[in-house]
Amino acid sequence: MSKVRSVGEEVWKHKTDKINSELLTLTYGSIVAQLVADFDHDYAKVNKQLDKMGYNIGLRLIEELLAKTGLPRCQNFRDTAEAVAKVGFKMFMNITPTISNWSVDSKQFSLVFTENPLAEFVELPDKPNARDLWYSNIYAGVIRGALEMVQLQVEAEFVSDAVQDPSLPTEIRVRLVKVLEDEIPPGED
Amino acid sequence: MSYYLALLSRQDKPIYELKFGSSRQGGDGQPHFDKAMDDLTPFVVHAALDVVDDVQWTTPAMYLKTVDNFYSYMISAFVTAGNIRFMLVHETKNEESIRQFFLDVYDLYVKTLMSPFYRVTDKIQSPAFDTKVRALARKYL
Repeated sequence: MSKVRSVGEEVWKHKTDKINSELLTLTYGSIVAQLVADFDHDYAKVNKQLDKMGYNIGLRLIEELLAKTGLPRCQNFRDTAEAVAKVGFKMFMNITPTISNWSVDSKQFSLVFTENPLAEFVELPDKPNARDLWYSNIYAGVIRGALEMVQLQVEAEFVSDAVQDPSLPTEIRVRLVKVLEDEIPPGED
Repeated sequence: MSYYLALLSRQDKPIYELKFGSSRQGGDGQPHFDKAMDDLTPFVVHAALDVVDDVQWTTPAMYLKTVDNFYSYMISAFVTAGNIRFMLVHETKNEESIRQFFLDVYDLYVKTLMSPFYRVTDKIQSPAFDTKVRALARKYL
């Protein structure tokens, strides 16, 4: 699947508009900080909100990804993982998380990030429950939203985050729930 | 030899303070202010702020060198673009090292400022910042 990698690099090089990464970091940072203030440090709610925002972004991003790359249909979930890591993350974030920890049935994998542009400079607030916050939870939502649009219902969640504990990697666990069948919209025979 | 470093906000409130000793020339890195001076350092620094207010407009540089004296102590200052004042009470003249020290602390301060959960007037409570400032103190002073 080294072809997938070159597709990702090609589209990043020639077809992607770039912005300054600090602009992105600070913009995302102020969104999270504002959510934390709005929900009064209820981090479970902040996580949920970030996931929801990511989901709505993912629904749209997948369209752009497919339009720009013309990537063929994935044959199995392993192909999907490659496409998410090497094309999706590459073209939108210019990072390539490592895929690891496959479950035996090939329905679960982890994305491990060695760098994370969203969390640059971040120091969590000095609150006892600050460790409940998954700072970059928007990623999880994006993955869920994007894959849902290609008939893959998945669950994505953070397992560990280097922002909380620098000794741990940043890891997202992705679990395939089911492959959605084409469904007839309700009310039509 | 002892040093006292204070970062002061625009409202002259200390957002970070550290007392430390020289690690050069066999120093043990611990502050050895005598009892009277130990309590006085914050006041000495505040007194020097008035001088900083005058001096900062006379030079384009951020590092203002030694701005004030108090008996055998000297007070050096560094003014950031956001008007945060770094003040250092020290005993020997050592402009170049202090300049380097201030510049690196400035770097660390900017990084802290970039954290979305830090607000400009907050005290700096980050343990990472503290550790790194201490490391710089060992390196330069």
